Amino acid sequence: MGLSSRERQAWALLLPLLVIIATVTGYPLINTFRLSFTDASLTGRNVAQHWVGFENYAYVFTDPDFGDAFRRTLYFTFVSVGAEILLGVLVALLLNREFRGRTAVRALLVLPWALPTIVNAMMWRLIYNPEFGSLNALLLQLGLIDSYQSWLGTPGTAMNMVILADVWKNYPLVAIIVLAALQTIPRELYEAASIDGAGPWLKFWKVTFPAILGPLSVALVLRMIEAFKVFDIIYLMTRGGPADSTKSVSFFVYQESFAYLRAGSGASYAVTVTLTSAVMIAAYIMLLRRQSSTA
Amino acid sequence: MKWRRLIPQVLTYTAVIVLVISTVAPLLWLFIMSISSTPELTAVPLHWIPHQADFSRYGRLLTFAAHSAGEEFILAMRNSLAASFSATAVALLVGIPAAYSFSRMPGKRMKLLYAVLGTYMMPPVALILPLYMVFGALGLLNTVAALTIVYCTILLPFVTWLLKSNFDAVPIEIEEAARIDGVGLFGVLRHVTLPIAKAGLGTAALFAVLLAWDEFFYALLYTNDLRAKTLPVAIADFAAGRATDYGIISAAGILTAVPALVIAFFLQKTLIAGLSAGGVKG
Repeated sequence: MGLSSRERQAWALLLPLLVIIATVTGYPLINTFRLSFTDASLTGRNVAQHWVGFENYAYVFTDPDFGDAFRRTLYFTFVSVGAEILLGVLVALLLNREFRGRTAVRALLVLPWALPTIVNAMMWRLIYNPEFGSLNALLLQLGLIDSYQSWLGTPGTAMNMVILADVWKNYPLVAIIVLAALQTIPRELYEAASIDGAGPWLKFWKVTFPAILGPLSVALVLRMIEAFKVFDIIYLMTRGGPADSTKSVSFFVYQESFAYLRAGSGASYAVTVTLTSAVMIAAYIMLLRRQSSTA
Repeated sequence: MKWRRLIPQVLTYTAVIVLVISTVAPLLWLFIMSISSTPELTAVPLHWIPHQADFSRYGRLLTFAAHSAGEEFILAMRNSLAASFSATAVALLVGIPAAYSFSRMPGKRMKLLYAVLGTYMMPPVALILPLYMVFGALGLLNTVAALTIVYCTILLPFVTWLLKSNFDAVPIEIEEAARIDGVGLFGVLRHVTLPIAKAGLGTAALFAVLLAWDEFFYALLYTNDLRAKTLPVAIADFAAGRATDYGIISAAGILTAVPALVIAFFLQKTLIAGLSAGGVKG
């Protein structure tokens, strides 16, 4: 009886969504948790699963390989997102200035963002090619290197080269978001700051930065959530190599589960990764709620 | 005095030129690779501009012949189109009423909306094992149907979130006028709200197609041959193959990118709304 007809309608409209999410996301999510306490395997159909309690997790937290993958993923996340934020803000400031062809340059910036991730990874892998790649050719012809380098085949450079490819594709997103925020700043604010004798540096921190802080923090957390999941670009460019130097946590879970077929321990790694992501997702949702309540 | 004004100008244009070159050069090189001959691409020192533009690889990729790169590419294109469009259709069909409910009758359900958005941002590794087992048990592995189902985990929350803010922008007074005339809830949604929010619907649909078109991880895990393999997986296979024809890999990349770039062109104006809803895959 309790529900008014309007409440009933509201729930009825939501029902298909809730049923589908519960089936394709909720149920598998709970099952990943359950699997993580078993010794399940992806081989034979009828192999019995045994409950092993926290045994998998005891292993997760003492596994040096997973620890390395975790640190590597954090490195990837902080370096690539840091570079994207820095470049994004600089390019947005540039595009907010007046120059000829501004509209065309802005449109151009959408291209890397729209390029499918796998195509981007493939493109950069060809550019980095150790025997024929154009990066080697360019640097050699400019006299910056004296022999062709194996950029993705050397543990010391592989991760940073993957990061470079990732930054190229993703910083335009930050630039586009920041540029939109810049365009909402009234010109009078800058004029008033000029009258008060503020130089460009002071103007940036007192006028520009407060205005872009909201959208910039949304972009920052969003990019961190995405970067922490990194898989596609690593799968295509390095398969986690050389010597595991680019193996991210997602790649680690993939290998444990689908190459070594250890579903139980794979699930316990997956849960660990998911919980780490959940912290960032919670931060993102808090940001969104705060912005929607102040807007 | 003149110099003081000239120097910022020069710096601005220099920076713009660097920006344009760094954006265009990798893409241009991808295109050049696709029309250069293999000897030119593997020459050291590298020969940058091909003597003759050779578009034959595009012909090979777009010609259906058994056991050829063309067969693989065309079938992967079919699978990508089928998975993207069917998942987008489901997402719109289910997302429209849900978004309308969140927009017009939020009540205590707003928390639910944020939870739905949270599931969208979860890493795929949270779901891959159980989904693999269920698809295996149902005989759905290596089918476009499995991809359509799993893409709903991405598209549905995204579309719901984006449409909710679109419906928020439709003035409620217009709906109330219709309701006073005795039009029911579904009637209002169909004949009043949706026509007004038409542009937003288009944006959501295009974003959804883009997200599905780009998806790689699930497709890699749940498909293994041409019956369901999508374009990103086919490209990864091309790139991993022994064939050293970088030209054909590049051409496949260009052909896969073109639909996405065209969609992005149409999305330009409404990009911001979608981006802050997380319409981006790293």
